[in-house]
Amino acid sequence: MSFTESIRVALTAIRANRLRSGLTVLGVVIGVLSVVLLVAVGSGARAVVTAGVEDLGSNLLLVAPGSFEFGQAPTRSQFTLDDIESLSRELRGTARVTGSIASGERVRSDTGAAFTSVIGVTADFEDVVNRPIARGEFLNESDLATARRVAVLGASAADGLFGGIDPIARQITVGGLRFRVIGTVEPLGTALGVDRDSQVYVPLTAAQRLFGIRTIDTLFVRTDDRGDLDDVSATIERVLGERFEPDEFSIVSQDEILGVAGRILDTLTLVLAAIAGISLLVGGIGVSNIMLVSVSERTREIGLRKALGARTREITRQFLVEAIVLCGIGGVLGAAGGVGLSYAADRFTPVPAEVTWWSVALAFGVSVAVGVIFGVFPARRAGRMDPVVALRRE
Amino acid sequence: MAEVAAPATIIAVDAVTRSYRLGTREEGVQALRGVSFTVAAGEFVAIVGPSGSGKSTLLNLLGALDRPTTGSVRLDGRDVATLSDTQLARLRNAEIGFVFQQFHLLARTSALDNVALPLVYAGVGRGERVGRARAALEAVGLGHRLDHHPTELSGGEQQRVAIARALVTGPRILLADEPTGNLDTATGDEVMGLLERLNTDRDTALIVITHDPEVASRAPRQIRLRDGLVVDGDRGRVAP
Repeated sequence: MSFTESIRVALTAIRANRLRSGLTVLGVVIGVLSVVLLVAVGSGARAVVTAGVEDLGSNLLLVAPGSFEFGQAPTRSQFTLDDIESLSRELRGTARVTGSIASGERVRSDTGAAFTSVIGVTADFEDVVNRPIARGEFLNESDLATARRVAVLGASAADGLFGGIDPIARQITVGGLRFRVIGTVEPLGTALGVDRDSQVYVPLTAAQRLFGIRTIDTLFVRTDDRGDLDDVSATIERVLGERFEPDEFSIVSQDEILGVAGRILDTLTLVLAAIAGISLLVGGIGVSNIMLVSVSERTREIGLRKALGARTREITRQFLVEAIVLCGIGGVLGAAGGVGLSYAADRFTPVPAEVTWWSVALAFGVSVAVGVIFGVFPARRAGRMDPVVALRRE
Repeated sequence: MAEVAAPATIIAVDAVTRSYRLGTREEGVQALRGVSFTVAAGEFVAIVGPSGSGKSTLLNLLGALDRPTTGSVRLDGRDVATLSDTQLARLRNAEIGFVFQQFHLLARTSALDNVALPLVYAGVGRGERVGRARAALEAVGLGHRLDHHPTELSGGEQQRVAIARALVTGPRILLADEPTGNLDTATGDEVMGLLERLNTDRDTALIVITHDPEVASRAPRQIRLRDGLVVDGDRGRVAP
């Protein structure tokens, strides 16, 4: 019996018991679908985080207080404007330095109000952390030196406070102090769960007065050349080392953030895939079960085929191919459903999902392998049947 | 058709016993206790006996579905005891056509595909299979029923489909196990007539196993079994 003939016979047998075949296939469909969908969700989460981190730029270094470790309690920062100045001096020509302090504040205008993130930054923030100006201009050195009460609004902050009106030269009030709007930033979207468009930027010195502090939360250093990262990192370590103990600050590169986040998300994806794999296994056991029933029900057919000259191996192959075809159909439907649902989830729900083609190939391959593994036992049982006994079975 | 002077032997059964173990008992049951006879090519033989006489066991041996416990069964000169399962399958496919009391047609499969089934296992291509299956169905008078499924056919028609299937590989032995057992007398007569015609036209040896004396009496030669022994076999003989 040729291979195509085996498939034809298998399809006939599958069609003969539509409902039962359908339910069996459903088990495999659900298994494959969940593998594809859950891996897509895991990859989607990873893509979002990666995009957020990469948005910062690969030549950006963060200097954070305390040590940068997962699960580490936040440390109160001791950085000051002096640190920015001394770092800028040391790194002149190779890198630019900025810093920020942030606080949640109620911001009001004549036409609206919002509770949002007010961030004190230096003039270099625009370039170092990339805040392209849409209208007006960004804060400058003189604003910083005089702690001038001017503000630059993120896209949605401008919208929320002023609606359709042009906010330039209008007033906003933060913590009882009035600030004049001098610019707005291009829409940037969300990164790492932070809505960057709702932010309001003011001069760092003005923010320190507003919040009543003298420190800076985080320093940002952007090198002109990505190759200088290690040298710049060493310089930062030396300069800050004069004022701080080594465990009082840490220098973090994009690669390090990606590494930490990536490990967590890879584990998440693997766990999701493993859970989905279990449902695929259950689907496979369903196939095995149905094949055993099918073999038992068709005992006389097996006896007849043997009497007509079918060899053991041909009977075994017939049932094995049937199991593989069942699983293959389930694999195709499940993969299609998984891809479809992933796109739907990505498009219509807040859950990010990104179909990874290896998971589709893997899930389909596994479902066919499930067919082989769980089909072999029933198929061998069919093949070994004694034709004399089989023919006599009622 | 005139009998050839010295017809070749197609089946040679020599001192065959066949025991079955029942449960845990050591010695088991002897269904055949030393049976010997030969059948010539193209001969028509009836094997008769009451139930429990060993007819079915003998049929399995003649059909290469089973091997004897002792003694030898030679089909077309080949000792079935020495053949592997695969070789037995090949032998059944090429040399033996089975006709069963219950017809044993595949449901949900057309008459044509039922008849073509042995050719699938003979490795015949699809085009040729269809041609040969159609010819076999025409030979049994069912050329107009090719696409009918077994459930759409009468009992007599179903048995004729089964006969066409038995013939389609051109076997030298036709084994019919109570071929009229599920049919009324008139239809049974037609089926027996068809088997006899094929026996003479195609020079295929016809072995009919039956407990019906009327069916048995149509054969020129009868082998009578009782309690696992041949009691009257014309050219067969009682085992010592």
